[in-house]
Amino acid sequence: MTLQGLEKNFGEKIDNEVKIEPKDWMPDAYRKTNIRQISQHAHSEIVGMLPEGNWISRAPTLKRKAILLAKVQDEAGHGLYLYSACETLGITREETINDLHSGKAKYSSIFNYPTLTWADIGAIGWLVDGAAIINQVMLTRTSYGPYARAMVRICKEESFHQRQGFEILLVLSKGSKEQKEMCQDAINRWWWPSLMMFGPKDAESTNSDQSMKWKIKRKSNDELRQNFVDMIAEQIKTLGMKLPDDNLKWNEERNHYDFGEINWEEFWNVVKGNGPCNKQRLDARRKAWEEGEWVREAAAAYAEKRK
Amino acid sequence: MNVLIDYTLHLADNSLILAQRNSEWCGHGPALEQDIAITNISLDLIGQARFFYQYSATLIGNEATEDSLAYLRTEREYRNCLLVEQPNGDWAQTILRQFFFSQYQFLLFQHLQDSNDEQIAAISVKTLKEVSYHLRWSSEWVIRLGDGTDESHKRIMKAIDELWMYTGEMFQPASYELQAAEERIGTDVSSLKEPWTNSVNDIFQRATLTLPPDRNGKFFQTGGKDGKHTEHLGYILSDLQYMQRTYPGNEW
Repeated sequence: MTLQGLEKNFGEKIDNEVKIEPKDWMPDAYRKTNIRQISQHAHSEIVGMLPEGNWISRAPTLKRKAILLAKVQDEAGHGLYLYSACETLGITREETINDLHSGKAKYSSIFNYPTLTWADIGAIGWLVDGAAIINQVMLTRTSYGPYARAMVRICKEESFHQRQGFEILLVLSKGSKEQKEMCQDAINRWWWPSLMMFGPKDAESTNSDQSMKWKIKRKSNDELRQNFVDMIAEQIKTLGMKLPDDNLKWNEERNHYDFGEINWEEFWNVVKGNGPCNKQRLDARRKAWEEGEWVREAAAAYAEKRK
Repeated sequence: MNVLIDYTLHLADNSLILAQRNSEWCGHGPALEQDIAITNISLDLIGQARFFYQYSATLIGNEATEDSLAYLRTEREYRNCLLVEQPNGDWAQTILRQFFFSQYQFLLFQHLQDSNDEQIAAISVKTLKEVSYHLRWSSEWVIRLGDGTDESHKRIMKAIDELWMYTGEMFQPASYELQAAEERIGTDVSSLKEPWTNSVNDIFQRATLTLPPDRNGKFFQTGGKDGKHTEHLGYILSDLQYMQRTYPGNEW
């Protein structure tokens, strides 16, 4: 088939909602965009283990410890599915991980913020996983088959995580004065970074147009962000807490909540590597990888001997 | 009744402290698969600890709960073996600690399935399935590291050197273990030493490793079961208990 024919064929599949599969012909740029996005997603799962992992040893009850440990373990599992989805596009897990360690590949900036109190574990579950779900529900319909299928599995677990996070905060919100303060403080610190998770405004998002045409993305950053604000602004009423935004109010005309301006300077600064924990997170990942090298080598050497 | 409390607390503490140690790997494992596996084991161990603490709490009565027992007892009240509180070290040391302990738990719970105490018997039946998996997984890793590369061989040898002195304690019964064995609630742990040594030796042979020489037990460190621990336990508890100590009496 000619290149033109292949492109036409590919375009028809996208138009008719037929998933693109690993062995199908696809434009190079489509492949690269998917690799970039799926690997970034995988890295976010793995780096995302660190801020929550920070509280495993100090979880306040045995039940909370078990739930948190299982949750962080789920994230490792999500990382695995996503690295595998990436491999179907012709890049090995090792190459993908090297790109993270070299700084070439990005991960979600939210994980560059520190978890200072136990309430942060609740806030991450509720806000960060909540924001992730909005994005991921959209991605269950993404045009690349392996990515869409990985998302279906991941979404089920994420919604469980979000409920757990909300439940942590709900208990705090009904607790002692210190617990209530801890709860509000965590919401204050995590709210704006959560809004930033949806990426730059549509007008400034460089990758969005083409991704929408290819149906990799199906909703714009601003649309997704609005969905998130509408959801959280309602849920926080149950907690009896406040979102740290004086401009947040229901807009009858738009049928949405209005909200204040995001600090984009902070957003870009963290993306560029200057957030509170960028260095610690990457260092921790590199250290685990480097210290694990002899283990991976030993496993490979042993497997080789058994052949 | 007191014997049963002491005994279940000992079993619970063993599992919890090793769970706490293993969980330090979460997010830092040598590869994702291993990260997931060691976290799984940690989760199983927390599950075991919770069963035993919950049972202890019902025996103690009053206001005791699984959390008051885990979070509000001091270093001197913890009754875990010294082995489980030893630092993770490198992957070889973590694997070897797990292997030594899983081999012990495997033999122990086989006996405890037939305990006169129905609760202990029931928990042991459930636990044994998990422990069989922990034992298989850690055995495979001991073999892989022993017979992998020069470096992995050296590292597992070093781990043996670090940990062997803490293995003897598992088979030296504390007073509550002796009494539990007498009442057929527990079992005589000294009788587990020979099968344990034989099984460890089998795996070591496949891993091209050798058992350290028997020095009539003089080399072994003891005391954990009676609340005399290594210096590590205090730090483990200060992390573990931080929230409950800082905010006493709150619900979480």
